[in-house]
Amino acid sequence: MSDDLTDLVRDLERRFADLSLAHVTAWKAEAPGRKALGCMPVFCPREVLWAAGALPVFIRGGGDQLETIRGDAYYQSYICHLPRSTLELCLGGWLDALDGMLFPNTCDVIRNLSGLWSSVAPGRFSRFLDPPQTYDAPAAVGWWRGELSRLYLDVCAMTGTRPSDEALWASISAWEEPRGALAKLSRARAAQPWNLPADEVYLLRRAGDAMPPREFTRLVDCYLACAVARKARREDRIRVVLVGAFCEQPPLGLLRALERAGCYLVDDDLLLGAEDLVEPVDAVGDPLDALARAYLVKGAGSSVRYDEQRARGLELARRARSLHADGVVFAAPSFCDPALLDQPRLTRALDEAGVPYTAFKYSEDTGQFQSFREQAGTFSDSVKLWGRA
Amino acid sequence: MSRKEASMEAQKAMLADYFRRLAAAPGERRPVVYTFVPGNLVELLAAFDVLPVYPEINALQSAMRQRSSGFIREAERAGHSEDVCSYVKCDLGMMMKGNVGPTGEKIPPPDLLLLSFTGCFTFLKWFELLREQYNCEVAMLHVPYQGDGVITQEMRDYVVRQLRNEVIPKLEKVSGRRFDEAKLQEHLSRSARAEEDLVHTFHAARRRPSPIDAYFGGVYYIAPIFTSFRGSEAACGYYSALRQEVDARLAAGEGPVTPEGTLAKERFRLVFEGPPNWTSFRDFWKIFYDEGAVAVASTYTRVGGLYDRGFRHDPSKPLETLADYCLGCYTNLSLPSRVDLIAEDIKTYGADGFVFHSVKSCNSFSAGQLHMLREVEAKTGVPGAFIESDLVDGRYYGHANIKNRVESYLQMLAARREGQEPPRAPEGSP
Repeated sequence: MSDDLTDLVRDLERRFADLSLAHVTAWKAEAPGRKALGCMPVFCPREVLWAAGALPVFIRGGGDQLETIRGDAYYQSYICHLPRSTLELCLGGWLDALDGMLFPNTCDVIRNLSGLWSSVAPGRFSRFLDPPQTYDAPAAVGWWRGELSRLYLDVCAMTGTRPSDEALWASISAWEEPRGALAKLSRARAAQPWNLPADEVYLLRRAGDAMPPREFTRLVDCYLACAVARKARREDRIRVVLVGAFCEQPPLGLLRALERAGCYLVDDDLLLGAEDLVEPVDAVGDPLDALARAYLVKGAGSSVRYDEQRARGLELARRARSLHADGVVFAAPSFCDPALLDQPRLTRALDEAGVPYTAFKYSEDTGQFQSFREQAGTFSDSVKLWGRA
Repeated sequence: MSRKEASMEAQKAMLADYFRRLAAAPGERRPVVYTFVPGNLVELLAAFDVLPVYPEINALQSAMRQRSSGFIREAERAGHSEDVCSYVKCDLGMMMKGNVGPTGEKIPPPDLLLLSFTGCFTFLKWFELLREQYNCEVAMLHVPYQGDGVITQEMRDYVVRQLRNEVIPKLEKVSGRRFDEAKLQEHLSRSARAEEDLVHTFHAARRRPSPIDAYFGGVYYIAPIFTSFRGSEAACGYYSALRQEVDARLAAGEGPVTPEGTLAKERFRLVFEGPPNWTSFRDFWKIFYDEGAVAVASTYTRVGGLYDRGFRHDPSKPLETLADYCLGCYTNLSLPSRVDLIAEDIKTYGADGFVFHSVKSCNSFSAGQLHMLREVEAKTGVPGAFIESDLVDGRYYGHANIKNRVESYLQMLAARREGQEPPRAPEGSP
């Protein structure tokens, strides 16, 4: 690894480990009036927040770096881990850099967390966001535009920013850049996964959760230039797509365990929300209207969006084929209804397409990876022995 | 049950008749619509003369007949995780086994899947799974959640637009009938009549002794109005008879009817949060009535509408009133609104305590309940109990554990009432 890349990865690891969001505090300190708003997975209206002068910050729980004690007191054993560690972060002061929180309607757990938040963070801005699930386009666009407008005006009032269409268009344009950079990263990773290991790519994308768009774009470009030049040795591993990771993130060690077990992760749906649109926003007319329409017709599919076209299974099979993947690894957080209820449909589609798969569950603070490693290793061996998709 | 109220018998007959009509629907070329209980649009469906099917009602009816475990196992064999909602698995398992309903009659396939997406995210996933099985029309009605604790005009307009643009055209298509607003208004008028009588029934629990059990008995009372019968003459007749029955008990100073007869002495007045367990419903109820504990209010009996808080279907604004109904169901309320509702119930109904029954299957109800319990305690000064099981998966119902916990809780309430410290375990006991 070049010195530049070593330093870069080390910096990414530092950012990842910094639960107190010191880099967000530093960004806010650079200019008066700057604010930062946290957002739970899996959707964040980044363009709206950024236009209003606030840095959007995805909050994806405390992972395996945080011992959850107080957060556990809020939830029964059969609720997923993410809200517990998020509460732990809040109660422990780790989220003090944030001036508020947004709660998209991702599932009933995050929905209910929005109501609980007013008690644990009294006086701080919080907002529940209900993106449209209907495909009645006029109704959906009208509703969502209204919600985005309300949010925009409220955050502008918080930051002291004058609301304007120009600011919104500038923000929409700014956020196209990291989307383009991430698309480049995905292509490079699929082409040379030996040069772009899953843990590094994850850390890089995770850094984008709390970074201004231009700065993140530069970071991705810099990483790509270094990583592609590294000339790592290609190993005899199978190519897999990792699916179902959803909003509760797997520990970094789990991703490393999968690769060490003989898999190249050529694609995944970790960090949902970072790549929220599959095409650019149409830059015509009213900017909030354009954003609402983009969400509706260009928004990336996920387990929490109503699958009107009944296409998610076919899309996964197509994706696996187009990436020349040898198989799919389903990794869902325990007790995650949206991810787990999708699995039988997705596996059926893979069965029909002849794509091999394996499945397991995890929680963000899973500490033992040996069983995952053995399962992934067995899967890798079986694919090598008995044929590829 | 040694003595059943006449209304219970009437309700049972209504449900049996409903399942018979459902079984006959294909022969009569009568369209069938699958939808969910919270925020259901039964008056609108009736205006098109289509029959509703409620998958979660099938699941709970199957559980009460001890058939849900087999269905759940069937769904799990087909790849569904043990972690996910047991209503969904029970319904899918029933479908895999030939879609024979709880009364033994086959439930016809849907002509329309109408997803009224109100108060439960899992409904959306459930319908995606059902849609895989049926080649039929689908209508999606997105009902915004009351995140800020209020229904705004924007929310109402959004739902009304979807009703006009999406739901009504699909109903016109599957039924072959034009939308008749006057017919819808007739159904809504009848709904409002029945709702008055239902509220009268639940308000009767303010008296001591309460003539009703508003949770275990309450699930019988809500069944017709939450499901297929709201807006019908049958429902009006049922609720009128129920009102008279409850008034008679009030006049006689009688307590609620339990499966073992009229409760002789009301010792504890409790408010319940969360749905009941259906696999061991009678045993679960017995734990309470054996101790003289009566539910004077419950949140579960509001999942199909907060009538006691003043909501009535309003025929003068037919689509707006349907929107308000969908938006106002209990599971569509924010956590602070739910806390306020329970705290007010404790005061209004003079409750000695409250019980949270947390079910593994339902994140909509359960996520945040431990916090809610502490908030209600802080607001009222009344201690609460927390017990856990499941809706229709019998593997998660631990009778001895629940009984032990409930009895200890009631002992504590009794000691508290008498100004005593709760009983302590003898020294040296484990």
